Amino acid sequence: MDYEALGLKAGIEIHQQLNTHEKLFCRCPTTLRKFEERSGEFYRYLRATVSEMGEIDRAAREEMKQSRKFCYYTYDSTCLVENDEEPPAPLNTEALEICLTIARMFQMTPIEQVHTMRKLVIDGSNTSGFQRTALVAINGVLPGGGLIETICIEEEAAQRVEDETFSLDRLGIPLVEITTSPCMHTPEQVQEVAGYMGMVLRSTGRVRRGLGTIRQDVNISVRDGARVEIKGVQELDLIAEVVRREALRQVGLIAIRDELRARNASAGEEAIDVTGLFSGTASSVLKKAKVILALKLPGFGGLVGREIQPGRRLGSEFSDYAKKCGVGGIFHTDELPAYGVTGDEVAALKSAAGAGEQDCVILVAATREKAACAVSQVVRRAQMALEQVPEETRKMLEGGSTAYMRPLPGAARMYPETDVLPVCIGPDVMENLAVPELLTEKADRFATVLKFDPAVARQIAYSEQLPLFELAVTGGITPMLVYRTIYGTYKELKREGVQVEDIPDGSLIAVLKAVEEGKAAKEAIPGILTKVADGMAVGPAISECSPSMSRSDLEEIVRRILSERTDFIREKKQAALGPLMGVVMAEVRGAVDGKLVSEVLRKELERVLNA
Amino acid sequence: MGEFETGDRVVCRYGGEPRDGTYITDRDGWAVIKLDSGYNIGVSPDTCTLVERIPAIPAREADAGQDESLPLLSIVSTGGTIASRIDYRTGAVTSQFSAGDILRAIPGLSSVGRFTTRQLYTILSENMNPAIWQELARAVYEEIRDGATGVIVTHGTDTMAYSAAAVSFMVDTPVPVIFVGSQRSADRPSSDNVMNGLCSASAAVSPLGEVAVVMHDTTSDDRCAIHRGTRVRKMHSSRRDAFRSIGVSPLGYVNYPSLEVTLSDHAVRRATKGPALHDRLEERCGLVWFYPGMPPSVLSGFEGMKGLVIAGTGLGHVGTSLIQPLKAMIDAGCEVVMTTQCLHGRVCDRVYDTGRDLLDIGVIEGGDMLPETALVKLMWVLGNASGREQVRVLMTRDLKGECNGRSYNGL
Ligand SMILES: [Zn+2]
Repeated sequence: MDYEALGLKAGIEIHQQLNTHEKLFCRCPTTLRKFEERSGEFYRYLRATVSEMGEIDRAAREEMKQSRKFCYYTYDSTCLVENDEEPPAPLNTEALEICLTIARMFQMTPIEQVHTMRKLVIDGSNTSGFQRTALVAINGVLPGGGLIETICIEEEAAQRVEDETFSLDRLGIPLVEITTSPCMHTPEQVQEVAGYMGMVLRSTGRVRRGLGTIRQDVNISVRDGARVEIKGVQELDLIAEVVRREALRQVGLIAIRDELRARNASAGEEAIDVTGLFSGTASSVLKKAKVILALKLPGFGGLVGREIQPGRRLGSEFSDYAKKCGVGGIFHTDELPAYGVTGDEVAALKSAAGAGEQDCVILVAATREKAACAVSQVVRRAQMALEQVPEETRKMLEGGSTAYMRPLPGAARMYPETDVLPVCIGPDVMENLAVPELLTEKADRFATVLKFDPAVARQIAYSEQLPLFELAVTGGITPMLVYRTIYGTYKELKREGVQVEDIPDGSLIAVLKAVEEGKAAKEAIPGILTKVADGMAVGPAISECSPSMSRSDLEEIVRRILSERTDFIREKKQAALGPLMGVVMAEVRGAVDGKLVSEVLRKELERVLNA
Repeated sequence: MGEFETGDRVVCRYGGEPRDGTYITDRDGWAVIKLDSGYNIGVSPDTCTLVERIPAIPAREADAGQDESLPLLSIVSTGGTIASRIDYRTGAVTSQFSAGDILRAIPGLSSVGRFTTRQLYTILSENMNPAIWQELARAVYEEIRDGATGVIVTHGTDTMAYSAAAVSFMVDTPVPVIFVGSQRSADRPSSDNVMNGLCSASAAVSPLGEVAVVMHDTTSDDRCAIHRGTRVRKMHSSRRDAFRSIGVSPLGYVNYPSLEVTLSDHAVRRATKGPALHDRLEERCGLVWFYPGMPPSVLSGFEGMKGLVIAGTGLGHVGTSLIQPLKAMIDAGCEVVMTTQCLHGRVCDRVYDTGRDLLDIGVIEGGDMLPETALVKLMWVLGNASGREQVRVLMTRDLKGECNGRSYNGL
């Protein structure tokens, strides 16, 4: 597909959790907890507040179609601020400093007086019903000429446990939101920029790592399409695919729109009650429904079932809108007979609805109230299909297709957080911030100065163990030994079930230092680290695994072994070296460096052969 | 500055790229601009230029239909908000007081009753005073006399308990008089205003017949407690369930969202008393919280007062160095009432020497009255009693459920 010809415009919003000690607006730790560790639960209802025009933000109204009761888990590591039972503490200065550092790395201009806002979010993920967010800096540059519009500091939302239940451990962890302008024109470009921005963020060494700590939202539109925001793309590798599929979806919807218009299709008929038609149905969904409503969509036949994205049809969009009323989904005649609905039932349904070849009939099964709400939602979405691609917030599904979440929020959903004082950023603040070395620069340095293979250098620079690597190398340990240990030995130990995370950085460095000074054998490293991971101190771990053995001790052992195998040596001559090495190592492994064993053995063997 | 007015459309060239926004206000010399993205930023005013001055759009008038078959409820507002709306142009949050606005903010109210509203004051509850309590009592009495099935008083939470106690003493009521407020601001989707508002309306049409405070009973949106106006205290600075009945169990509960009311046996029922107003108060009364080492000179600040309530230690004690100064005050005509800063339990000044000395000089034991309630009651008693002996009798007699004869198990 020629994306530039389609007029593809895309921008990204990156949300990255910061690795601060405390949360953004309370002094709780940023520790994530297991659900079963919760100390209590409470529940609340959320409702949108009316504006001065008597209106409710369109995204908020959509979330309010059902009265929803949200349950929250509390922990001994959360407080009344997370419960929305106490005013917020002042903005976390550590988080602000990290945010400004990132702003500086993108050459952005900080806002002189930063104001915290309340952004209405009533899907339950924030106990207050809003997310606190502040615009910190504007106008940054990307390599290749792209523009970063803003960087904001925000509080992370609560973690969804399931359905309407949330866990408060994550609520309030600081995150930065970086938004680019819609300056990208191909799917690959979007992925590349997202990768670059992620690299810059990690270069600070002060962002959280691991699944769920970074999320990308992508804004996409094609010519004649509409701005659509896709939320929560967690895997970088999927971004290009998400963009491709959204472009495909918009192009598909535009084609459907044109065809609907050509057919003179319409969406505005009254739904009819067809509950009686299905009194003897084999469909489990229809059988248990209190009311079944049928909506005829004239001219929509065949188009509701047409695929617009892998696994997604216009019918899926109808279904997403209907679900906002609390129904499980809808049926449409383009996909029937199926799901236990027979051909006869479809024929009866079509005739009851007065539907012809070119028409589609939508079925909704629920309580009367929910079914009526769902029908009105389908009508609304069908009318949009006749008009244009709707502006929407969508969520990513597995594989890169998307589903409707809510309309794009308006600016109407923000108002000041009066409980937090504005923070002034003086002109000298930025200049006094240390700018971290980019990971790309680090990789180059590791390759040129430390003589690593470029691929290995990059692996080290981008890894989570980078700080440990740098600490050890600056501590004077040979870089290759550090690399082999924390990228090789650690992996093997982990496979054997050793908790390498429990090895303190200082202990690792002490062990490696002992090896380099000849106080412990290289071969003993795994054994020593296993004991250290189990909680043993470095000194005892070394002496247990690697009792120091002098050269003369070793020579004695080697001589004894050789004297026991004189026949073998006479027979094999020099070729005996290999097998003998094995025998000696079996006896001294861990106590002496292999290199020394080899040297001593060679010398002693020579002596025996020459004798 | 004066260059911009709130609501002006401006272009802000701060940081290079021009951005459109709305001027909000000046804050410490910075111009606060609401960008079209919704964010507020504070920047140097000289980076902004005026594009257009937009006249403020008047708020849309509410057209709230009311069901004439439902009981009439009167909302008297003093400043606490149970309804507000946000001006998304400027981000300002304004409290709403008209019946239409309140009904629109809390749509469920219109199925509980029909409402009239009376906006008495718009003040922070810490700025309340006895003169305002008197005006409030008169307003409540008039609403009762005019046929309200129940009266709802919206009030800031900080001093709500004082006002509820004051109205308890000044008004004899046959109908529920319900004080309500919100602990979390009404603009937030999680605010307790909607549930408290609905529960207060439900309590106001219930068989209750006394002055009460209706607020969240737990941190969850599960039920409100109905507290007796003379036995309630704000026991937390921010939690929704800050209000607690002390020394008695609540008068009842209102479940949410069913709004079903259950009343305890000890709750006074509707029409037990006819309406009456006794709105005299002696304002010259004080309340002092004793602390170890408190110098007698502290008491001189209360010179000329007609009454003084002491929140003493334990069973009702103060340091012996205060006994002579207190005697001098009593001899000069001041009534001194002893309560306990333990809040829970009653004073008993017959147990220890200090207590007996206090009784000897004429200190009145305040039983298990809350110190704040004792203060309000003393103002009322001094305003209505004739002679010191009657003051002493009324202060120790239970008038509006403020004094328990018995200390109950489990409370
Ligand atoms: Zn906290």
